[in-house]
Amino acid sequence: MAKTKTKITETPEHTVEIITNSGEGAQKCAQIFGQTCAKMGNGVWTVEIIPAEIEPPHHTVTSTSGNIIRFGTDKITNWGDQSKLAIAFNEQVLLSRHRLESLDDNCIILQESMWATHEDELVRKEYEKAMEEMSSRNYRVISVPIEEETLKIVDNPSHGKNMFALGMLAEIYQREVSIIEKQIAHIFRFKSQKVVDLNIELVKSGVAWAREHLDFQFHIPSVPAEEERIVMNGNQACALGAIAAGMEMCAMYPITPATSVSHELAEVIENYGGIVHQAEDEIAAAGVAIGASYSGKVAMTVTSGPGMALKTEFLALAIMVEVPLVVLDVQRGGPSTGLPTKVEQSDLLSSLYGQPGDAPRVVIAPRSIEECFHSMVTARRIAETFRTVVIVLTDANLATGVQQFTRPELDVRWQQGPLDLSPAPEGMRPYEWDPETGMSRRIIPGTPGGQHTVTGLAHDEESLVSYHPSSNELGMRMRSRKLAVFQSTLIPPEVHGDEEGELLVVGWGSTQGAIEEAVDRARAEGRKVSTCQLTFLSPLEPGLKEIFGKFDKVMTVEINYSDTVGDPYITEETRRFGQLAWLLRAHTLVDIDCWTSCPGQPLRPKDIYRNIIAKLEPLQVVETGEAS
Amino acid sequence: MSSLAISLLDLQADSTVCLEAEDYQKRAGKWCAGCGDFGALNAVKRLLAKEQLQPERMVFVSGIGCSSRFPHYVNAYGFHGIHGRALPLATGIKLARPELDVFVVTGDGDCISIGAGHWIHAIRYNTDMVVMMLDNNIYGLTKNQTSPTTPQGYASMTSPHGAQLPALDPLQATLGVSNASFVAQTADWVPAHLYATLQAAYEHPGFSFIRVLQRCPKFTPDIFEQQVKNPDTTELLVHEDGVDPPGLDKLFKARRIHNPKNLDDARSLARRSDMVRLGVFFRDDSLPVYDEVRAVPPVTPREKVNRLNKEFERYAV
Repeated sequence: MAKTKTKITETPEHTVEIITNSGEGAQKCAQIFGQTCAKMGNGVWTVEIIPAEIEPPHHTVTSTSGNIIRFGTDKITNWGDQSKLAIAFNEQVLLSRHRLESLDDNCIILQESMWATHEDELVRKEYEKAMEEMSSRNYRVISVPIEEETLKIVDNPSHGKNMFALGMLAEIYQREVSIIEKQIAHIFRFKSQKVVDLNIELVKSGVAWAREHLDFQFHIPSVPAEEERIVMNGNQACALGAIAAGMEMCAMYPITPATSVSHELAEVIENYGGIVHQAEDEIAAAGVAIGASYSGKVAMTVTSGPGMALKTEFLALAIMVEVPLVVLDVQRGGPSTGLPTKVEQSDLLSSLYGQPGDAPRVVIAPRSIEECFHSMVTARRIAETFRTVVIVLTDANLATGVQQFTRPELDVRWQQGPLDLSPAPEGMRPYEWDPETGMSRRIIPGTPGGQHTVTGLAHDEESLVSYHPSSNELGMRMRSRKLAVFQSTLIPPEVHGDEEGELLVVGWGSTQGAIEEAVDRARAEGRKVSTCQLTFLSPLEPGLKEIFGKFDKVMTVEINYSDTVGDPYITEETRRFGQLAWLLRAHTLVDIDCWTSCPGQPLRPKDIYRNIIAKLEPLQVVETGEAS
Repeated sequence: MSSLAISLLDLQADSTVCLEAEDYQKRAGKWCAGCGDFGALNAVKRLLAKEQLQPERMVFVSGIGCSSRFPHYVNAYGFHGIHGRALPLATGIKLARPELDVFVVTGDGDCISIGAGHWIHAIRYNTDMVVMMLDNNIYGLTKNQTSPTTPQGYASMTSPHGAQLPALDPLQATLGVSNASFVAQTADWVPAHLYATLQAAYEHPGFSFIRVLQRCPKFTPDIFEQQVKNPDTTELLVHEDGVDPPGLDKLFKARRIHNPKNLDDARSLARRSDMVRLGVFFRDDSLPVYDEVRAVPPVTPREKVNRLNKEFERYAV
């Protein structure tokens, strides 16, 4: 392409996609680019595009692996709407993104040039077909000899194209190459200096190519942070949060997308006197954690939906015998095996009620990556104070999303062990429930004079098996009472926007960023809409009914399934609601509506915005839950 | 657990009081009259008294079933959990507090059927604990259903025409698992042998699996009748590294010297069905023990904070 004068466009934010076959290094490229943006003072959010298979056949729409990086002048809280610039290593992976409507209508696409002129006629034909399909859009496609340029430096282009791409991005967005060099040195710290040098050379050749051939650049102003910040994904935040919370035992079984929490922990936890135990199955992982906690360790288990289902009997046991336990559920798409690598918020009701009998427990859902960190500390504290199970619900969006946040100030008290082996007072009973609060002292093995047998059978204050009606009722009441006591320590949720209006959007967990962005967009147009994002789901935060009462309508927005009235057989009577909507309707008796979607992707602000507007103007036709 | 807590524990030790076997009984067992579980409880009480174990430093863990009521009757800490899952709980307890003595009491349904996955892996972990699998060849608590060890052809409420398949042999299965380190068989009606086996199991560093043949007077009164009445149908495996309780040589004429280090012999003996064999089939004290392998040095809270602050550097913006 003939180079004219470079035009620099200033914009408050941009979204970039790197789209490759899996195994071509898109994640590394994006990781370094995202880190560099963060270090230069931009707000960043990155999202992985990962196939469920390790390395599916290359150059097909199903082999797409990649990463989306949204960065801007201000804080970025979600993946946004569509990508403005894409680098594609072949047209098939690009096509998959086109079909998912991930690309902005005017997206600039830097496309590998070799396929158009490939010696194999079939490859050329497939290329033409794909480009024809995409021609309906206003994309600006720029051919780049990515592989050819890479081959000038390395023999195997699969281990180099990503760094050439990174170089192009560095030039387009005026990133400081010195920061990138440091990142490369860090990422390849276990490799030879030669590998580091080659990667830097590749980046520089990408920079040079872009400088010579591209006629555009984007400038995203940055505001350097005043406080110290760290950048990581939600699973890393949970892992470090677990260390900060003093976790000494993480028992787990591999399951996507939760496993990387245990990878992070396994690498470091032994430096903190703890271990990761990979159990033979999900059930055993719960059992080992409960056994460790029963005997005085700080223990957790990490899983995702299918693992939660397997653990239910053990969780009920922990609640019954009042052994503290932190359970991290990184939700994925369900039911059954569902969408293992994708996002969904479908474990809410099963987390609250998924067990035989009545087993009250605490359920919390962090709303950001920063909250992932702190929720682990909070969860431990609640679990030990109330001798119960605390389930932390994150999801694939938080798990793999990368964002920077204020570096946490650690407190040494978070690390203190729960051990108290002072002798049990004469005549002390193992469940000496305070009749007001249901709370009791925890006695662990080793406590002289405290010997007793805990049992999952109905039991009395002495932990003796009891079939007496009043004894069973007392146990139920005491275990439930603890939740109410805990709830009394909570404050009502904050309302984002005015405290009264036409519509209140209620979300939970990871959707906060996207919902608030959508609400702000509607508010900027003068709409009377506000939102509040719940963190505590069991018990619910106080004051909800009062907050809801100040709005004409209340609607939840969730990443799970709900029926649409008007579909065959679906009426107001048969309609099934989103999970938070069920819960809030039952809890408040307010006629709460919902808009939910389960495309296996995080919600986009534009889709939430559209449904907010539709809710405000009921005559307008509503587009529902399709992936976009 | 912190070394401070351990030393605190040791300070609590009161070595001047001598505990008798009866001091280890918390309350009377509620099994049927004639149940073999009483014999197991008596042998355990004897062992605890012999070793003078401090009640607060032991945990008895069980699942669900008749035998799993065991912890309620022992003066110690107890965890009566859920069906089939005693072993994961016990593993967690031992990993957390290696200084505690952990005993698991389970049955043929609890261990060999619903808990089979945990059983196989617990053998391989070789966590230091004593596991008594009280095998009455039937589901008792749920009232007479076929278990994996019910003999082929034996009728129950769920197999009224007799169990369709050959029984699963817990000894062969256990001996087939890598890192198995102690496998023994004993019987509730030979108290001296049961006690000696428990003693050897307690002394063994690692996962000591004892299959206790156990009479159920209610649902399988006839299954071990022949062995109880006629000692000639039983062969004792004796060795200085196994068990050879004094006084049994008159009762049991069939004695075989079996070196428990020999895994091949152990497996071939376990496979034979001509006689019931009591003794230590296999024992190897040198295999990796999971709670030892996974032991990590304690770190002070202050040091943890320092290290985590350093960890943040990796993620610093």
